[in-house]
Amino acid sequence: MPGDPIRRELARLRRPALAAAVIGLAACAAGFFLDRQLLLRSYLLAFLFWTGLSLGSLGLLMVQHLSGGRWGFAIQRPLEAAAKVLPLCALLFLPILLGQAEIYEWAHEDVVAGDPVLELRVGRYLNTPFFVARAVLYFLVWCGLALLLAGKSRARDEGAASAVKWLKGVSGPGLVLLGLSITFASIDWSMSTEPHWFSTMYGLHYMAGYGLSALLLMVLVMARLRHWEPASRVAQPPLFHDLGTLSFALTMVWAYFSFSQYLIVWSGNLPEETPWYARRAQGGWEALAAALLLLHFVVPFFLLLSRRLKRSAVVLARVALCLLALRVLDLYWVLAPAFHPAGPSPHWLDLATLLGLGGLWLLVFYRNLGAAPLLAREDPRAAQLESQAHPA
Amino acid sequence: MTTYRPIHGLMAEFDDPDALLAAARAARDAGYRRMEAYTPQPVHGLTEALGRRPTRLPWIVLGGGLAGAVAGFGLQYWINVVAYPLNIGGRPLNSWPAFIPPTFETTVLFSAGTAVVAMLALNKLPMPYHPVFNVKEFERASTDRFFLCIEAGDPLFHHKHTRTFLLGLEPLRVQEVKS
Repeated sequence: MPGDPIRRELARLRRPALAAAVIGLAACAAGFFLDRQLLLRSYLLAFLFWTGLSLGSLGLLMVQHLSGGRWGFAIQRPLEAAAKVLPLCALLFLPILLGQAEIYEWAHEDVVAGDPVLELRVGRYLNTPFFVARAVLYFLVWCGLALLLAGKSRARDEGAASAVKWLKGVSGPGLVLLGLSITFASIDWSMSTEPHWFSTMYGLHYMAGYGLSALLLMVLVMARLRHWEPASRVAQPPLFHDLGTLSFALTMVWAYFSFSQYLIVWSGNLPEETPWYARRAQGGWEALAAALLLLHFVVPFFLLLSRRLKRSAVVLARVALCLLALRVLDLYWVLAPAFHPAGPSPHWLDLATLLGLGGLWLLVFYRNLGAAPLLAREDPRAAQLESQAHPA
Repeated sequence: MTTYRPIHGLMAEFDDPDALLAAARAARDAGYRRMEAYTPQPVHGLTEALGRRPTRLPWIVLGGGLAGAVAGFGLQYWINVVAYPLNIGGRPLNSWPAFIPPTFETTVLFSAGTAVVAMLALNKLPMPYHPVFNVKEFERASTDRFFLCIEAGDPLFHHKHTRTFLLGLEPLRVQEVKS
């Protein structure tokens, strides 16, 4: 349907995304000749943020297949569209793979030699061949799950009765695989920037953050499309109420994991664990930590308690946009002190990489979103929707 | 003329939720405010149709939660700093990071407790007597019938006119509720 208003809106959205991609990538190209190390370190953050939107969406997609609920039915297709950007993310990982030496100190033989801790870790785990093999495995699992789930969901539209059972059956084991792979990927790509330090909470912190990011994106998508058929059938106050409540829960989970990791390190008070926090408690990083505590937890906690706020698509979308920006800041606080221990030193390349990758990510996301009907048919919940025709 | 006897209100009986919803909207449009609906299952939109103001319960629960947080943190602070100071591994007496998990738990505990007690209080429960049970058919409010009761306390309530109004909504029957 060329006259489809949703398609027209997506076409409108594609223009700024294209502009962001062109400007951002051009700036990145300039950065390549100016300071390759700075570029790649900024690139890592942008990559982790945008890939996180896809991974969080993949996780939520499987959760809603298992849990049911009208919120899941309403955002199922946008979640599938976001998860299906993962092949692009695999491609975008190549610069990190090729530029390992610029990002990770464990990739330098002279740094590793003579350091007994690093010698052991690099010998058994953090070496280039194994690093590459694991990355390939993660992307195989992620792309496989995303494409299979999206494909089966389309098959269900066509009336394949087995697909309903199949989607549930894959989602359970799929979530286990996703949890394990995100844990290992966060260790490989992010935690290994400080290779002496380790934390078993690290992967969970990423999972909670990614789930929250994906949910916030869904709020923005549904708020943007809410005026047009068929999104208007589901994008009603009860849906935004549900999404707002889930965002509230996930900000709390994020705070819980962030704080638990700190509490354990603080209680243990061991010399191999505390440096990570010591580094993040000086030179201006402590101000960022305080800002995150306040703006990423305390303020959204009280805002998202309000039923009236959650039921208003416009206000909730504004809160979601601010929180999504804070998600970047959280990643910056976790990642950047490894590279800039003296204190936060924002650079235009941070913005350029976020813009460039974001533009590309959104272009593929919008294309995926336009490629399938926005509401799944043959979902048991679709019939439910028809029966309660008048929205509350 | 019969002698005046105070009544609780007039009650219309319906056999499906949509008819009740329409009746509640009509009654509200007619200006009635003091009315109550009784249903065997939750009916979407009924609260709005009756014109109920949003419940105060969330604010009370918020207050309970904050009180729980203050009480939980305060108890630990008082024990560790004031009443029984102990040097544990050289840490400061006011080791606030360690106080956070119990503080969270007391916040949840006080919120949940406040929610239950305040819900009962706001609903004026337990209530050993209520006039609606004087209507014999009312027992079906817990199985398959939907009731709308316009109370005599409403300023617009008039024995004859209100009955005529309710009959106009085409209920199964309209009955007087003795108080």
